[in-house]
Amino acid sequence: MPALRGRGEFGVFWRTFKRNRLALCGGVVVGILVVLAVLAPLLAPSDPHKPDTRRILAGPSSSHWLGTDQIGRDVLSRVLYGARISLAVGFISVGIAAVIGIVLGSTAGYHGGLADAVIMRLVDLMLVFPRFFLLLAVLAFLQPSIWTIMAVIGLTGWMGVARLVRAEFLTLKEREFVIWSESVGASASRVIFRHILPNAMAPVLVAMTLGIPAAILTESGLSFLGLGVQPPYATWGNILNDGKDSIEIAWWMTVYPGLAILVTVLSYNLLGEGIRDALDPRLRQAVGRFARPRR
Amino acid sequence: MALFALRRFLLAIPLLVGITFVSFLVIHLAPGEPTEVQTGDLSVHSTAQARQALRELYGLDKPFHVQYWKWLTRVAQLDFGRSFQPDGRPVLAKIGERLPITLLLNVVEMFLILACAVPIGVLSATRQYSLFDKVTTVFVFVGFATPDFWLALLLMILFGVQLGWLPISGLRSLNWEYLAFWPQQWDFLSHLVLPVAVATFGGLAGFSRYMRQSMLEVVRQDYIQTARAKGLPEQVVIGKHALRNALLPVVTILGLSLPGLIGGSVIVESIFAIPGMGQLMVQAVFSRDYPLIMGNLVIVAGLTLAANLLADLAYGVVDPRIRMAARRRRR
Repeated sequence: MPALRGRGEFGVFWRTFKRNRLALCGGVVVGILVVLAVLAPLLAPSDPHKPDTRRILAGPSSSHWLGTDQIGRDVLSRVLYGARISLAVGFISVGIAAVIGIVLGSTAGYHGGLADAVIMRLVDLMLVFPRFFLLLAVLAFLQPSIWTIMAVIGLTGWMGVARLVRAEFLTLKEREFVIWSESVGASASRVIFRHILPNAMAPVLVAMTLGIPAAILTESGLSFLGLGVQPPYATWGNILNDGKDSIEIAWWMTVYPGLAILVTVLSYNLLGEGIRDALDPRLRQAVGRFARPRR
Repeated sequence: MALFALRRFLLAIPLLVGITFVSFLVIHLAPGEPTEVQTGDLSVHSTAQARQALRELYGLDKPFHVQYWKWLTRVAQLDFGRSFQPDGRPVLAKIGERLPITLLLNVVEMFLILACAVPIGVLSATRQYSLFDKVTTVFVFVGFATPDFWLALLLMILFGVQLGWLPISGLRSLNWEYLAFWPQQWDFLSHLVLPVAVATFGGLAGFSRYMRQSMLEVVRQDYIQTARAKGLPEQVVIGKHALRNALLPVVTILGLSLPGLIGGSVIVESIFAIPGMGQLMVQAVFSRDYPLIMGNLVIVAGLTLAANLLADLAYGVVDPRIRMAARRRRR
């Protein structure tokens, strides 16, 4: 990653990035969220799974800051534990999508010809399906667990990365340093992994940062419908799903987990945009699409 | 142009076959087999004979490619089989009554989004860094990050429960049949307000942002300078010369949002109990209604493909550069 490697270039990146105050705020909030998620077992005031039958649907109070749910579990603790799942799903599913996208995109872009034609038709095919429809159809037949959710979100979300990587490869493979290294007999895999890929990573990195909030929104949407992460695990989506049934009496079950999603997605988007603008303003064109999955 | 159209059309055929293949493959992800669902312990059909009959009906005792071919020949005649639901109605009929509702909702939504996003985008681009621009930027970021189901719930609390102004579920009130003509229309419209508002809010953020971005790029172009230099009033420069060119990329994004338009918003439809495609899909998934799930996938993806094709052709007609580019280098 030449844009990041070496103090000089990282310095340039950092100088541009830190001038963007919103992006900096986004980064700080993302950092805080990660810490909260990791330390959830230490920070949570009570066990997120333990019902307190004396306090069912109790409003926010000094003992339960964000109130309790329909079987008396502490909403604050559940929201904190939900952060773990949301962030894990975001990271891992985006990781899966990035690996698939990089492999297919670089194959298509480097080899061209038949491989390119086949892979790009596959991308077109995947994009014809409304994503949420495809997710629902697949989840109908699998045992819903955190792992299947991650895998399925990753498997249906790699197309953007594949297109970006392919486009980068198409321009990079015409550059002198690539032609030179091919002419001295470097193998295809060496050219791809040593020479082209590191230079193609900037847009992928940005797409991944913006992909995480999209995955978080998708996961919470699925969990909200009851097809995502299953109880007793707490996720923001399924707390909202529980909250929906007592919406008329317990607004706190709806307001707080939703705010958690809002803040998380907002910070990631600000961070991602900041990274994009600092890495290379030209990327605006390529990865200008925000995280807004249609559900 | 004819060549361009033909090429686009030919490219769509393998995609159509791909759609059927993916939809078929999804069903075979299941660890068990479809008959187990319909003939579960609680089902009245739960006999070995019934199971065998179903197995033969769906050709489940045959190898994969034979099953696929058999299913494909039926799909080619638009026969998606019957729903597993007790009513056992044909899948196509079920989809047929849902699709218009989703389309109506989405067309209204898209129209509202464009009607708001274009002026917002133009205003914030021509007044870059003004208060208006800053306020809309904040709105855009918050709009992007707001989960639509959460917004839906909040609006339900506010307008449905607290204020009691608007209905929060379905498309018609229970007493709809007993109302006069105009009250009937009003009743229907009032049921649409909240779902359309939620769906519009989400899309509005994106489109106004694109519009702003696109407008900012266009106003820097030389031909805008030229238009100003020859003394055209600013309104004409912006409203005619700049706007037309700035709209092009936005139309492309519009094309990209087609799958969502036909599939409908699963979550909004589920929350507001709107009998559209999205809700049908969720119901099918919860009841493991295999023929309905497959039919839904094939039809929604197929219609999206057709709409994409039409959009491509329309671009080709409008913008000769696209036809030429397609001839020079095949994408």
